[in-house]
Amino acid sequence: MDVAPNWYLALSAVLFTIGTFGVLFRRNAIVVLMSVELMLNAVNLTLVTFSQSMGDPSGQMLVFFSIAVAAAEAAVGLAIVIAIFRSKVTVDITEIHLFKH
Amino acid sequence: MTSADLLRFVLLLPLVGAVLNGVAPLFLENLRTRETLLGTIGTAVVGIPFVLAVYLFVTFGGEPVVADYFTWMAAGDLNLSFAYRVDQLSLLMTLVVTGVGGVIHFYSIGYMHGDEGYWRFFAYLNLFIFAMLNLVLANNLPVLFLGWEGVGLCSYLLIGFWYTDLSNSTAANKAFIVNRVGDFAFLVAMFLVFQELGSLSFDVLLAEGPGLPEATLNWIVFLLFVGATGKSAQIPLFVWLPDAMAGPTPVSALIHAATMVTSGLYLLARLSALVLGTPVVMMIVAVVGAATALMAATIAIAQDDIKRVLAYSTVSQLGYMFMAAGVGAFFVAIFHVVTHAFFKACLFLGSGSVIHGMEEVEHGLEERGRDTSDFDPQDMRTMGGLAEYMPATRMTYLLATLAISGIPLTAGFFSKDEILFKAFEYGYDGQTYAMAVWVVGVLTAVLTAFYMMRSYMLTFEGEPRWPLPDQLTPHESPSTMTGPLWALGTLSVVGGFIGLPAVIQGGDWNWIHHYLGAKYGGPVAEASVHGHVPLALEWGLILLSSVIALGTVYYTWRVYSAQGLAYDAALQQRLQGLYQTWDDAYYWDEFYDGVVVDSLINGIGRKGFAAFDTAVVDGAVNGVADAAQNASGLLRRVQTGLVQNYALALTLGAALLVGLMLYGI
Repeated sequence: MDVAPNWYLALSAVLFTIGTFGVLFRRNAIVVLMSVELMLNAVNLTLVTFSQSMGDPSGQMLVFFSIAVAAAEAAVGLAIVIAIFRSKVTVDITEIHLFKH
Repeated sequence: MTSADLLRFVLLLPLVGAVLNGVAPLFLENLRTRETLLGTIGTAVVGIPFVLAVYLFVTFGGEPVVADYFTWMAAGDLNLSFAYRVDQLSLLMTLVVTGVGGVIHFYSIGYMHGDEGYWRFFAYLNLFIFAMLNLVLANNLPVLFLGWEGVGLCSYLLIGFWYTDLSNSTAANKAFIVNRVGDFAFLVAMFLVFQELGSLSFDVLLAEGPGLPEATLNWIVFLLFVGATGKSAQIPLFVWLPDAMAGPTPVSALIHAATMVTSGLYLLARLSALVLGTPVVMMIVAVVGAATALMAATIAIAQDDIKRVLAYSTVSQLGYMFMAAGVGAFFVAIFHVVTHAFFKACLFLGSGSVIHGMEEVEHGLEERGRDTSDFDPQDMRTMGGLAEYMPATRMTYLLATLAISGIPLTAGFFSKDEILFKAFEYGYDGQTYAMAVWVVGVLTAVLTAFYMMRSYMLTFEGEPRWPLPDQLTPHESPSTMTGPLWALGTLSVVGGFIGLPAVIQGGDWNWIHHYLGAKYGGPVAEASVHGHVPLALEWGLILLSSVIALGTVYYTWRVYSAQGLAYDAALQQRLQGLYQTWDDAYYWDEFYDGVVVDSLINGIGRKGFAAFDTAVVDGAVNGVADAAQNASGLLRRVQTGLVQNYALALTLGAALLVGLMLYGI
C-alpha cells in the first residue's frame, strides 16, 4: 500500500497544531510537556516523510538524534516540574509566575 | 642632540619631579619627612632645565626651532599637536622661569622646613614650572592655554596650600574664579581665531592674522587682553592677587610676582604683530595699565602687611608693563618682566625671611606665656629695627627696593625709564593718550619709590616694636635662604644692563632690543615711531627719572627715620578720606560683593531665575523622567510572568512572519 506523502504531512500539521494549542492553553505542566513532545514528534514525522519521498536517509538519521535529545529534554523537564511541585505543591502553570515584574 | 631633544628634557623634567614628589610620598609615608631628598629632587628638576636652557640660549642660531612632538587631537579641520617653539622670546622667558624658579626652589628647602606638606609643596611647585614652560614654549594657542590653565591650577593649589585655614581656601577660590572670567575671554578669542583662520598655530596666526578685517582683529586682541587682565592682575580683574598672598611666601615670589602673572604680557608680546594692528585696543591696554599702576601704587601706601605692600606693588609694576605694551614697546615690557622678576622675587623672598624671623619672636612670646592671638608676623607695625638682626636680608631687601624705586644704574631704573621714555616718544609722535600715560607713569614712579622705601624703613630701620624686644630677637635665616637672596639682589642691581638704552652708551646696542626686536629678526614687533625725540630731551627725561627716584627715596628715608610710624598717622591725618579709600583698596571687593555676588548671583540669579529654573529647567528634566516612568508603567504589564503568554506571543509572531513570507512582500 502506497500512501501519498501529503497525507503524512497533513497528519503532521494536525499533530503540531494540537501540540501548539496544548502548550498555549493547558494549565497542567505535565500536559504542557506532553504537548511539547507532540510538537516535536510532528516535526519528526515531517522529516521522515521528506526523507522517504526524496530517497535520502540522512533525514531519518536526524530523527534518531532528535528522539534521543527529546528523551533527555523530557527527563530534565519532568525533573523541573517535580522540583516546582515540591516547593509549590501544584503543577498548575498559571500559579507559577516568578518572572512577573 | 638636537634642540628638539633637549627641549623634551627641559619640559619633562619638572613633570617628573612633580610626579616623584607628589605621588611617591602619597603611598610611602616615611618619605614625607625626607626633606633633603624631596627638596633636592624638586630643585634639581628645575636647575637642570635651567642649565639646558642656557645651552639652548648660547647655541641658538637665530631661526625659530619648532619641535612638533605628537598629535594631540585631530578632528575635521582642527589639527592640534604638542608643538613647541624655541625662539628668542621663549628662550628668554624659559631662562627667567627656570632660573628664578630654581633659585626660589632652593630657597624653599629652608623656608618650608618642618612643614607637614613639604612633599606636596615641592610637587605643586614642580608642576607649576612644567605648566609655565608649556605656556612660554607653546607653538599654538591651545598648548599655551593648557599651560595657562595649568599655572592657574597650581596657583590655586598653592594659595590654598595651608587649606585647614578657611580664609586661605577662600583666597584660593577667589583667585581661581576671577581668573576664570579672563580665561573665558581667552577661549572666545581662540574660537574666533579658529573661525577666521582655521588654524591655531602661531605661525599661521602671525602670518595671516594682521590681514584680518579690523573689526575681527579688534575683537580677538581685545578678548586676549581681557584674558591677560585676569592672569596678570589688571583692572578690573586684579582683586585676586592681593589675597593670593595667603600662600607660602616662595609661592608669592615665584607665581605671583616673577612668572605666572607676567604670562599676560608674554601673550601680548608673542602676538605683538597682531596687537599692533589694533590701535584702539592698544589704547585700552595702555590706559588700563596706567590706571592699574597708579591705583595699585596708592593702595600700597596704606598697607601694613608687608606682603600686601609687595602684592599691590606687583599689580602696579604689571600696570607699567601693560603701559609699555599699549604704546607698542613690547620688548620693553618683556625687559621689565625680566628685571621685575629679579627684584620682586628678591623682595618677596626677603619678606619671607623677615616673616621667618618674626615667627621666631612669636614662638618666643608663646613660650613666655604671652597671648599671641593679636600678633601678626607679617605686620610691619610690629617690626622695626630688623637691620641689626638680619643683615643679609636687610641688604638684599634694600638693593631690591632701590632697584624697584628706579635708582640710577639699577635694573629697575633701566627698564622703568625705558617704559616711560617709550610712552613719551609715542606721545611725542602724536598719540595724545600716550602722553597721559607717561604723566601717570611718572606719578606712579614717585609713589613706587615712596611705598617701597616706606616698607623698608618700617621693617628694618628704627626701634624694634614687637613685645619684649630686650629678651626676644629674631635671627638671620639659614644660608639656603640668604644665598638665593644675594643671587637675586645682585641681579636686581646688574640685571638692567641687558637693556642699556642706546642714548647712555652713545651707540645703538640695546641688547634686549636687538635680541627680541622684529627689526633685527626677533619675534617681537614694535610700533614704528616717525618723529624723533631730540637727544637733549631724552637726556632730560633720564635726568627727571633719576631725580624723582633719588629725591623720593631720600625724602622717604628722612621722614621715616625721623618719625617712623608716626608719619603714617600724619599722612592719614592729612589725607583723611583719600587715605581711607586707599586703605580699603578703592572698595573693589565691596563693589564685586555688592554688584556681582549680591545683585547678580543672589538677586537676579537666585531669585529671578528661580521660577525659570523650577518651571523650565526642572520641568524639562522631571518631565522626561515622568514620561519614561509612565510609559514603562504601561509597558510592564506585559511582563505577566506566565510562560504561556510569552509562548503565545512567540507563536503569533512566528505566524505573522510566515504569513508575511507567504502573502506579503
